[in-house]
Amino acid sequence: MTPWTFFLEHHAEILEATANHLTLVIIAMAFAVAIGVPLGMLIVHRPTLRNLSLGLASIFQTIPSLALFGFLIPIPFIGGIGRRTAIVALVLYALLPILRNTYVGLTGIDTAVLEAAEAMGMTQSQILWRVRLPLARAVILAGIRTATIITIGVATIAAAIGAGGLGTFIFRGVAMVSDAVILAGAIPAALLAIAADLLLGLLERRLKIS
Amino acid sequence: MHYDVPSGERGVSIEMNAKAAAENTDPAIQFQDVTYGPDGSVPRTIVNNIRFSVASGQTLVLLGRSGSGKTTLLRLINRLLVPTSGQVIVRGRPTTDWDPIRLRRGIGYVIQDAGLFPHFTVAQNIALVPSLEKWDATRTTARVSELLLLVGLEPAQYCHRRPHELSGGQRQRVGVARALAADPAILLMDEPFGALDPVTRAELQREFSALARRLGKTIVFVTHDLREALLLASRIILLENGRIIADASPQEFPRIDHPEVQAFTACLTPLPGALA
Repeated sequence: MTPWTFFLEHHAEILEATANHLTLVIIAMAFAVAIGVPLGMLIVHRPTLRNLSLGLASIFQTIPSLALFGFLIPIPFIGGIGRRTAIVALVLYALLPILRNTYVGLTGIDTAVLEAAEAMGMTQSQILWRVRLPLARAVILAGIRTATIITIGVATIAAAIGAGGLGTFIFRGVAMVSDAVILAGAIPAALLAIAADLLLGLLERRLKIS
Repeated sequence: MHYDVPSGERGVSIEMNAKAAAENTDPAIQFQDVTYGPDGSVPRTIVNNIRFSVASGQTLVLLGRSGSGKTTLLRLINRLLVPTSGQVIVRGRPTTDWDPIRLRRGIGYVIQDAGLFPHFTVAQNIALVPSLEKWDATRTTARVSELLLLVGLEPAQYCHRRPHELSGGQRQRVGVARALAADPAILLMDEPFGALDPVTRAELQREFSALARRLGKTIVFVTHDLREALLLASRIILLENGRIIADASPQEFPRIDHPEVQAFTACLTPLPGALA
Protein backbone atom coordinates (compact mmCIF):
# COMPACT_ATOMS: atom_id res chain seq x y z
CA MET A 1 0.00 0.00 0.00
CA THR A 2 1.51 3.36 -1.02
CA PRO A 3 0.97 6.44 1.15
CA TRP A 4 -0.98 7.96 -1.72
CA THR A 5 -3.56 5.13 -1.95
CA PHE A 6 -3.90 5.09 1.86
CA PHE A 7 -4.50 8.81 1.80
CA LEU A 8 -7.17 8.50 -0.93
CA GLU A 9 -8.98 5.72 0.93
CA HIS A 10 -8.89 7.45 4.31
CA HIS A 11 -9.02 11.13 3.36
CA ALA A 12 -12.18 11.86 5.38
CA GLU A 13 -10.64 10.31 8.48
CA ILE A 14 -7.35 12.15 7.97
CA LEU A 15 -9.14 15.44 7.49
CA GLU A 16 -11.11 14.92 10.70
CA ALA A 17 -7.91 14.09 12.60
CA THR A 18 -6.28 17.23 11.17
CA ALA A 19 -9.23 19.32 12.38
CA ASN A 20 -8.98 17.69 15.82
CA HIS A 21 -5.27 18.32 15.89
CA LEU A 22 -5.71 21.96 14.97
CA THR A 23 -8.41 22.42 17.63
CA LEU A 24 -6.11 20.92 20.25
CA VAL A 25 -3.30 23.29 19.22
CA ILE A 26 -5.51 26.38 19.08
CA ILE A 27 -7.06 25.76 22.52
CA ALA A 28 -3.67 25.05 24.08
CA MET A 29 -2.10 28.12 22.45
CA ALA A 30 -4.98 30.34 23.58
CA PHE A 31 -4.37 29.29 27.18
CA ALA A 32 -0.60 29.54 26.85
CA VAL A 33 -0.80 33.09 25.45
CA ALA A 34 -3.40 34.10 28.04
CA ILE A 35 -1.05 32.93 30.80
CA GLY A 36 2.37 33.60 29.28
CA VAL A 37 1.99 37.20 28.06
CA PRO A 38 0.43 38.69 31.24
CA LEU A 39 2.89 36.73 33.37
CA GLY A 40 5.73 38.07 31.22
CA MET A 41 4.45 41.62 31.84
CA LEU A 42 4.12 40.95 35.54
CA ILE A 43 7.72 39.76 36.00
CA VAL A 44 9.32 42.86 34.45
CA HIS A 45 9.52 44.53 37.87
CA ARG A 46 9.35 41.43 40.12
CA PRO A 47 12.67 39.56 40.22
CA THR A 48 11.55 36.80 42.63
CA LEU A 49 8.49 35.91 40.59
CA ARG A 50 10.62 36.20 37.45
CA ASN A 51 13.16 33.58 38.58
CA LEU A 52 10.43 31.32 39.86
CA SER A 53 8.24 31.41 36.76
CA LEU A 54 11.05 31.28 34.20
CA GLY A 55 12.66 28.43 36.17
CA LEU A 56 9.42 26.49 36.40
CA ALA A 57 8.63 26.99 32.72
CA SER A 58 12.14 25.77 31.83
CA ILE A 59 11.66 22.66 33.95
CA PHE A 60 8.41 21.78 32.13
CA GLN A 61 10.24 22.18 28.86
CA THR A 62 12.94 19.68 29.89
CA ILE A 63 10.48 16.90 30.75
CA PRO A 64 10.19 14.56 27.74
CA SER A 65 6.75 15.15 26.25
CA LEU A 66 5.57 11.54 26.49
CA ALA A 67 6.59 11.47 30.17
CA LEU A 68 4.77 14.76 30.83
CA PHE A 69 1.55 13.32 29.40
CA GLY A 70 2.09 10.24 31.57
CA PHE A 71 2.73 12.23 34.74
CA LEU A 72 -0.50 14.21 34.31
CA ILE A 73 -2.82 11.19 34.02
CA PRO A 74 -3.07 10.44 37.77
CA ILE A 75 -3.47 14.10 38.81
CA PRO A 76 -7.05 14.88 39.89
CA PHE A 77 -9.14 17.47 37.96
CA ILE A 78 -6.57 18.23 35.28
CA GLY A 79 -5.48 14.62 34.67
CA GLY A 80 -7.11 11.50 33.32
CA ILE A 81 -7.31 10.14 29.80
CA GLY A 82 -8.31 12.41 26.96
CA ARG A 83 -8.23 15.87 25.56
CA ARG A 84 -8.18 17.91 28.76
CA THR A 85 -4.98 16.33 30.02
CA ALA A 86 -3.39 16.77 26.62
CA ILE A 87 -4.23 20.48 26.60
CA VAL A 88 -2.73 20.98 30.05
CA ALA A 89 0.50 19.34 28.94
CA LEU A 90 0.63 21.34 25.72
CA VAL A 91 0.10 24.59 27.64
CA LEU A 92 2.97 23.76 30.01
CA TYR A 93 5.14 23.03 26.99
CA ALA A 94 4.26 26.21 25.11
CA LEU A 95 4.70 28.48 28.12
CA LEU A 96 8.47 28.92 28.11
CA PRO A 97 8.97 30.45 24.64
CA ILE A 98 6.04 32.82 25.16
CA LEU A 99 7.02 33.83 28.67
CA ARG A 100 10.69 34.26 27.84
CA ASN A 101 10.10 36.26 24.66
CA THR A 102 7.56 38.49 26.39
CA TYR A 103 10.05 39.24 29.14
CA VAL A 104 12.99 39.72 26.78
CA GLY A 105 10.91 41.89 24.45
CA LEU A 106 9.67 44.12 27.26
CA THR A 107 13.10 44.56 28.84
CA GLY A 108 15.26 44.74 25.70
CA ILE A 109 14.16 48.27 24.83
CA ASP A 110 16.56 51.12 24.08
CA THR A 111 17.51 52.59 27.47
CA ALA A 112 17.32 56.16 26.11
CA VAL A 113 13.64 55.58 25.27
CA LEU A 114 12.89 54.21 28.73
CA GLU A 115 14.83 56.99 30.44
CA ALA A 116 12.96 59.63 28.45
CA ALA A 117 9.63 57.97 29.28
CA GLU A 118 10.38 57.96 32.99
CA ALA A 119 11.79 61.49 32.98
CA MET A 120 8.72 62.83 31.15
CA GLY A 121 6.59 61.70 34.08
CA MET A 122 5.08 58.48 32.79
CA THR A 123 4.07 56.00 35.50
CA GLN A 124 5.48 52.46 35.37
CA SER A 125 2.16 51.13 34.11
CA GLN A 126 1.97 53.81 31.39
CA ILE A 127 5.50 52.90 30.34
CA LEU A 128 4.52 49.22 30.24
CA TRP A 129 1.35 49.68 28.17
CA ARG A 130 2.29 52.59 25.95
CA VAL A 131 6.02 52.07 25.42
CA ARG A 132 7.26 48.60 26.32
CA LEU A 133 4.35 46.56 24.98
CA PRO A 134 4.05 48.22 21.55
CA LEU A 135 7.83 48.02 21.10
CA ALA A 136 7.96 44.37 22.21
CA ARG A 137 5.08 43.02 20.16
CA ALA A 138 7.21 41.59 17.32
CA VAL A 139 9.45 39.75 19.82
CA ILE A 140 6.39 38.47 21.72
CA LEU A 141 4.86 37.23 18.47
CA ALA A 142 8.13 35.45 17.62
CA GLY A 143 7.75 33.55 20.91
CA ILE A 144 4.16 32.66 20.08
CA ARG A 145 5.33 31.44 16.67
CA THR A 146 7.98 29.16 18.17
CA ALA A 147 5.49 27.87 20.73
CA THR A 148 2.89 27.13 18.03
CA ILE A 149 5.33 25.05 15.99
CA ILE A 150 6.43 23.12 19.09
CA THR A 151 2.81 22.54 20.06
CA ILE A 152 1.85 21.23 16.61
CA GLY A 153 4.65 18.65 16.90
CA VAL A 154 4.11 17.68 20.53
CA ALA A 155 0.34 17.40 19.98
CA THR A 156 0.96 14.27 17.86
CA ILE A 157 2.06 12.52 21.07
CA ALA A 158 -1.24 13.47 22.73
CA ALA A 159 -2.80 10.55 20.85
CA ALA A 160 -0.95 8.28 23.30
CA ILE A 161 -3.31 9.39 26.07
CA GLY A 162 -6.41 9.25 23.90
CA ALA A 163 -6.64 12.89 22.87
CA GLY A 164 -6.99 12.14 19.16
CA GLY A 165 -5.43 14.26 16.45
CA LEU A 166 -2.89 13.32 13.79
CA GLY A 167 -0.84 11.30 16.29
CA THR A 168 -3.52 8.60 16.02
CA PHE A 169 -2.19 7.66 12.57
CA ILE A 170 1.42 7.81 13.68
CA PHE A 171 0.88 5.47 16.65
CA ARG A 172 -1.27 3.16 14.53
CA GLY A 173 1.36 3.13 11.79
CA VAL A 174 4.11 2.31 14.27
CA ALA A 175 2.02 -0.59 15.61
CA MET A 176 1.25 -1.83 12.07
CA VAL A 177 4.83 -1.21 10.90
CA SER A 178 3.34 0.77 8.01
CA ASP A 179 5.13 3.81 6.64
CA ALA A 180 2.01 4.78 4.70
CA VAL A 181 -0.05 5.07 7.87
CA ILE A 182 2.70 6.94 9.75
CA LEU A 183 2.99 9.41 6.87
CA ALA A 184 -0.77 9.94 6.84
CA GLY A 185 -0.30 11.54 10.28
CA ALA A 186 3.19 12.99 9.85
CA ILE A 187 2.72 14.82 6.55
CA PRO A 188 -0.39 16.83 7.56
CA ALA A 189 1.30 17.67 10.88
CA ALA A 190 4.38 18.94 9.05
CA LEU A 191 2.21 20.94 6.65
CA LEU A 192 0.34 22.50 9.59
CA ALA A 193 3.65 23.51 11.17
CA ILE A 194 4.94 25.05 7.94
CA ALA A 195 1.69 26.95 7.37
CA ALA A 196 1.68 28.28 10.96
CA ASP A 197 5.33 29.31 10.63
CA LEU A 198 4.73 31.21 7.39
CA LEU A 199 1.56 32.89 8.58
CA LEU A 200 2.92 34.03 11.93
CA GLY A 201 6.22 34.99 10.31
CA LEU A 202 4.35 37.28 7.97
CA LEU A 203 2.49 38.90 10.86
CA GLU A 204 5.73 39.29 12.80
CA ARG A 205 7.36 41.20 9.96
CA ARG A 206 4.38 43.53 9.79
CA LEU A 207 4.60 44.29 13.51
CA LYS A 208 8.30 45.08 13.43
CA ILE A 209 9.12 48.74 14.08
CA SER A 210 12.15 50.26 12.44
CA MET B 1 -11.10 75.00 29.88
CA HIS B 2 -8.81 75.92 27.04
CA TYR B 3 -10.66 74.89 23.90
CA ASP B 4 -12.25 78.30 23.36
CA VAL B 5 -8.93 80.16 23.38
CA PRO B 6 -7.82 80.98 19.83
CA SER B 7 -4.41 79.49 19.04
CA GLY B 8 -2.84 82.90 18.36
CA GLU B 9 -3.29 84.10 21.92
CA ARG B 10 -1.81 80.99 23.42
CA GLY B 11 1.65 81.78 22.06
CA VAL B 12 1.51 85.17 23.74
CA SER B 13 0.56 83.72 27.10
CA ILE B 14 3.56 81.37 26.99
CA GLU B 15 5.97 84.23 26.39
CA MET B 16 4.40 86.12 29.29
CA ASN B 17 4.76 83.13 31.60
CA ALA B 18 8.39 82.97 30.63
CA LYS B 19 8.94 86.62 31.52
CA ALA B 20 7.15 86.22 34.81
CA ALA B 21 9.33 83.21 35.63
CA ALA B 22 12.50 85.12 34.76
CA GLU B 23 11.60 87.92 37.14
CA ASN B 24 10.92 85.57 40.03
CA THR B 25 13.85 85.89 42.44
CA ASP B 26 13.38 82.62 44.37
CA PRO B 27 15.88 80.00 43.24
CA ALA B 28 14.25 77.41 40.99
CA ILE B 29 16.61 74.65 42.12
CA GLN B 30 18.75 74.34 45.24
CA PHE B 31 21.27 71.64 46.12
CA GLN B 32 21.80 71.53 49.88
CA ASP B 33 24.90 69.49 50.78
CA VAL B 34 23.88 66.71 48.44
CA THR B 35 25.81 63.46 48.43
CA TYR B 36 24.81 60.56 46.26
CA GLY B 37 26.20 57.03 46.09
CA PRO B 38 24.63 54.00 44.49
CA ASP B 39 22.53 51.85 46.86
CA GLY B 40 22.88 54.56 49.49
CA SER B 41 26.49 53.56 50.20
CA VAL B 42 28.51 56.59 51.24
CA PRO B 43 32.01 55.15 50.62
CA ARG B 44 31.45 54.86 46.85
CA THR B 45 29.90 58.26 46.21
CA ILE B 46 29.38 59.73 42.78
CA VAL B 47 28.76 63.28 43.93
CA ASN B 48 29.93 64.77 47.20
CA ASN B 49 28.64 67.64 49.35
CA ILE B 50 27.21 69.56 46.46
CA ARG B 51 25.79 72.96 47.32
CA PHE B 52 24.57 75.49 44.77
CA SER B 53 21.36 77.08 43.62
CA VAL B 54 19.99 78.00 40.24
CA ALA B 55 18.03 81.24 39.90
CA SER B 56 14.84 81.26 37.83
CA GLY B 57 15.53 82.00 34.21
CA GLN B 58 19.22 81.17 34.51
CA THR B 59 21.03 78.82 32.13
CA LEU B 60 23.42 76.83 34.28
CA VAL B 61 25.95 74.65 32.49
CA LEU B 62 27.40 71.71 34.39
CA LEU B 63 30.78 71.12 32.83
CA GLY B 64 33.09 68.21 33.44
CA ARG B 65 34.81 65.14 32.05
CA SER B 66 32.98 61.84 31.64
CA GLY B 67 32.29 60.38 35.07
CA SER B 68 32.62 63.68 36.91
CA GLY B 69 29.04 63.35 38.19
CA LYS B 70 27.25 65.96 36.07
CA THR B 71 24.55 63.62 34.76
CA THR B 72 24.00 62.37 38.30
CA LEU B 73 23.28 65.95 39.43
CA LEU B 74 20.79 66.32 36.59
CA ARG B 75 19.01 63.09 37.52
CA LEU B 76 18.79 64.23 41.14
CA ILE B 77 16.76 67.24 40.04
CA ASN B 78 13.85 65.30 38.52
CA ARG B 79 14.12 62.55 41.12
CA LEU B 80 15.32 59.85 38.78
CA LEU B 81 17.78 59.59 41.69
CA VAL B 82 17.27 60.42 45.35
CA PRO B 83 20.14 61.94 47.42
CA THR B 84 21.91 59.65 49.89
CA SER B 85 22.19 62.67 52.15
CA GLY B 86 21.22 66.33 51.87
CA GLN B 87 18.33 67.48 49.74
CA VAL B 88 17.52 68.92 46.36
CA ILE B 89 14.86 71.61 46.49
CA VAL B 90 12.89 72.20 43.32
CA ARG B 91 10.40 75.08 43.18
CA GLY B 92 10.40 75.42 46.94
CA ARG B 93 10.02 71.75 47.90
CA PRO B 94 12.52 68.92 48.44
CA THR B 95 12.29 66.38 45.61
CA THR B 96 11.51 63.69 48.17
CA ASP B 97 8.33 65.59 49.14
CA TRP B 98 7.19 65.81 45.53
CA ASP B 99 5.07 63.18 43.85
CA PRO B 100 7.74 62.12 41.31
CA ILE B 101 5.22 62.03 38.45
CA ARG B 102 3.99 65.59 39.11
CA LEU B 103 7.54 66.83 39.59
CA ARG B 104 8.72 65.33 36.28
CA ARG B 105 5.75 66.57 34.26
CA GLY B 106 6.79 70.10 35.21
CA ILE B 107 10.39 69.57 34.09
CA GLY B 108 11.42 69.18 30.46
CA TYR B 109 14.13 66.61 29.76
CA VAL B 110 16.32 66.28 26.68
CA ILE B 111 18.96 63.57 26.32
CA GLN B 112 21.74 62.76 23.91
CA ASP B 113 20.00 60.26 21.63
CA ALA B 114 16.72 62.22 21.99
CA GLY B 115 15.06 59.01 23.22
CA LEU B 116 12.11 59.54 20.89
CA PHE B 117 9.54 56.75 20.89
CA PRO B 118 10.15 54.84 17.64
CA HIS B 119 6.51 53.67 17.42
CA PHE B 120 5.13 57.22 17.69
CA THR B 121 4.98 59.86 14.98
CA VAL B 122 6.73 63.19 15.52
CA ALA B 123 3.40 64.74 16.55
CA GLN B 124 2.65 61.94 19.03
CA ASN B 125 6.14 62.22 20.50
CA ILE B 126 5.77 65.95 21.08
CA ALA B 127 2.24 65.48 22.44
CA LEU B 128 3.39 62.95 25.04
CA VAL B 129 3.05 65.05 28.18
CA PRO B 130 -0.09 66.85 26.91
CA SER B 131 -1.66 63.43 26.28
CA LEU B 132 -0.68 62.28 29.78
CA GLU B 133 -2.19 65.49 31.12
CA LYS B 134 -5.33 64.80 29.03
CA TRP B 135 -5.36 67.98 26.97
CA ASP B 136 -8.14 68.07 24.37
CA ALA B 137 -7.25 67.36 20.74
CA THR B 138 -7.58 70.93 19.43
CA ARG B 139 -5.28 72.37 22.05
CA THR B 140 -2.75 69.56 21.58
CA THR B 141 -2.66 69.89 17.78
CA ALA B 142 -2.20 73.65 18.00
CA ARG B 143 0.58 73.23 20.56
CA VAL B 144 2.40 70.63 18.43
CA SER B 145 2.37 72.92 15.38
CA GLU B 146 3.51 75.87 17.47
CA LEU B 147 6.43 73.86 18.89
CA LEU B 148 7.50 72.43 15.53
CA LEU B 149 7.72 75.97 14.16
CA LEU B 150 9.61 77.03 17.27
CA VAL B 151 12.32 74.40 16.65
CA GLY B 152 12.42 75.16 12.93
CA LEU B 153 10.50 72.23 11.45
CA GLU B 154 7.55 72.71 9.06
CA PRO B 155 4.55 71.11 10.87
CA ALA B 156 2.76 69.84 7.74
CA GLN B 157 5.93 68.20 6.53
CA TYR B 158 7.11 66.56 9.77
CA CYS B 159 4.00 65.85 11.88
CA HIS B 160 3.38 62.37 10.54
CA ARG B 161 6.96 61.19 10.17
CA ARG B 162 8.47 58.59 12.44
CA PRO B 163 11.76 59.16 14.25
CA HIS B 164 13.67 56.80 11.93
CA GLU B 165 12.70 59.02 8.99
CA LEU B 166 14.51 62.01 10.53
CA SER B 167 18.16 63.06 10.57
CA GLY B 168 19.99 63.22 13.90
CA GLY B 169 19.62 66.99 14.06
CA GLN B 170 15.90 66.82 13.30
CA ARG B 171 15.42 64.13 15.97
CA GLN B 172 17.10 66.40 18.50
CA ARG B 173 14.87 69.32 17.47
CA VAL B 174 11.85 67.10 18.07
CA GLY B 175 13.37 66.10 21.43
CA VAL B 176 13.54 69.78 22.42
CA ALA B 177 9.97 70.37 21.23
CA ARG B 178 8.76 67.37 23.24
CA ALA B 179 10.47 68.67 26.38
CA LEU B 180 8.81 72.07 25.95
CA ALA B 181 5.34 70.67 25.22
CA ALA B 182 3.64 71.35 28.55
CA ASP B 183 5.54 74.63 28.99
CA PRO B 184 7.67 73.48 31.96
CA ALA B 185 9.44 76.11 34.03
CA ILE B 186 12.63 74.02 34.15
CA LEU B 187 14.48 72.33 31.32
CA LEU B 188 17.14 69.66 31.91
CA MET B 189 19.46 68.84 29.03
CA ASP B 190 22.02 66.04 29.08
CA GLU B 191 24.54 66.58 26.26
CA PRO B 192 21.67 67.07 23.84
CA PHE B 193 23.90 67.92 20.90
CA GLY B 194 26.72 65.50 21.76
CA ALA B 195 25.96 62.88 19.12
CA LEU B 196 25.57 65.28 16.19
CA ASP B 197 28.09 66.04 13.46
CA PRO B 198 30.05 69.27 14.14
CA VAL B 199 28.22 71.37 11.55
CA THR B 200 24.74 70.37 12.69
CA ARG B 201 25.85 70.73 16.30
CA ALA B 202 26.99 74.33 15.76
CA GLU B 203 23.73 75.09 13.97
CA LEU B 204 21.59 73.70 16.79
CA GLN B 205 23.71 75.37 19.47
CA ARG B 206 23.22 78.79 17.88
CA GLU B 207 19.50 78.29 17.40
CA PHE B 208 19.03 76.88 20.86
CA SER B 209 20.92 79.72 22.48
CA ALA B 210 18.54 82.20 20.83
CA LEU B 211 15.54 80.08 21.78
CA ALA B 212 16.66 79.79 25.40
CA ARG B 213 17.04 83.55 25.67
CA ARG B 214 13.55 84.05 24.28
CA LEU B 215 11.82 81.45 26.46
CA GLY B 216 13.42 82.59 29.72
CA LYS B 217 13.25 79.11 31.25
CA THR B 218 15.49 77.81 33.98
CA ILE B 219 17.87 75.51 32.15
CA VAL B 220 20.42 73.07 33.54
CA PHE B 221 22.63 71.92 30.72
CA VAL B 222 25.22 69.13 30.97
CA THR B 223 28.19 69.10 28.61
CA HIS B 224 31.89 68.31 28.37
CA ASP B 225 32.38 70.93 25.67
CA LEU B 226 33.62 74.28 27.02
CA ARG B 227 32.86 76.02 23.71
CA GLU B 228 29.22 74.97 24.07
CA ALA B 229 29.22 76.04 27.73
CA LEU B 230 30.55 79.50 26.90
CA LEU B 231 27.96 79.95 24.16
CA LEU B 232 24.92 78.94 26.21
CA ALA B 233 25.64 79.54 29.87
CA SER B 234 24.76 82.42 32.10
CA ARG B 235 26.81 80.51 34.66
CA ILE B 236 29.23 77.57 34.54
CA ILE B 237 29.88 75.01 37.27
CA LEU B 238 32.89 72.77 36.73
CA LEU B 239 32.86 69.33 38.33
CA GLU B 240 35.73 66.98 38.98
CA ASN B 241 35.29 63.59 40.67
CA GLY B 242 31.88 64.53 42.03
CA ARG B 243 32.94 67.85 43.53
CA ILE B 244 32.43 71.43 42.42
CA ILE B 245 35.78 73.03 41.66
CA ALA B 246 34.66 76.20 39.91
CA ASP B 247 31.47 78.25 39.76
CA ALA B 248 31.65 81.35 37.59
CA SER B 249 30.13 83.38 34.80
CA PRO B 250 31.29 82.53 31.28
CA GLN B 251 33.30 85.78 31.27
CA GLU B 252 35.21 84.94 34.45
CA PHE B 253 35.49 81.21 33.93
CA PRO B 254 38.49 81.00 31.53
CA ARG B 255 40.58 83.18 33.87
CA ILE B 256 40.20 80.89 36.89
CA ASP B 257 43.54 79.57 38.06
CA HIS B 258 42.89 75.88 38.52
CA PRO B 259 44.53 73.00 36.60
CA GLU B 260 41.17 71.45 35.61
CA VAL B 261 39.88 74.81 34.32
CA GLN B 262 43.11 75.27 32.40
CA ALA B 263 42.74 71.74 31.00
CA PHE B 264 39.37 72.74 29.59
CA THR B 265 40.45 76.13 28.25
CA ALA B 266 43.44 74.47 26.58
CA CYS B 267 40.94 72.67 24.33
CA LEU B 268 39.72 76.05 23.05
CA THR B 269 43.09 77.14 21.71
CA PRO B 270 43.04 76.97 17.91
CA LEU B 271 45.43 74.66 16.09
CA PRO B 272 48.95 76.23 15.85
CA GLY B 273 48.73 76.86 12.10
CA ALA B 274 45.33 78.56 12.39
CA LEU B 275 46.44 81.19 14.91
CA ALA B 276 45.54 84.60 13.59
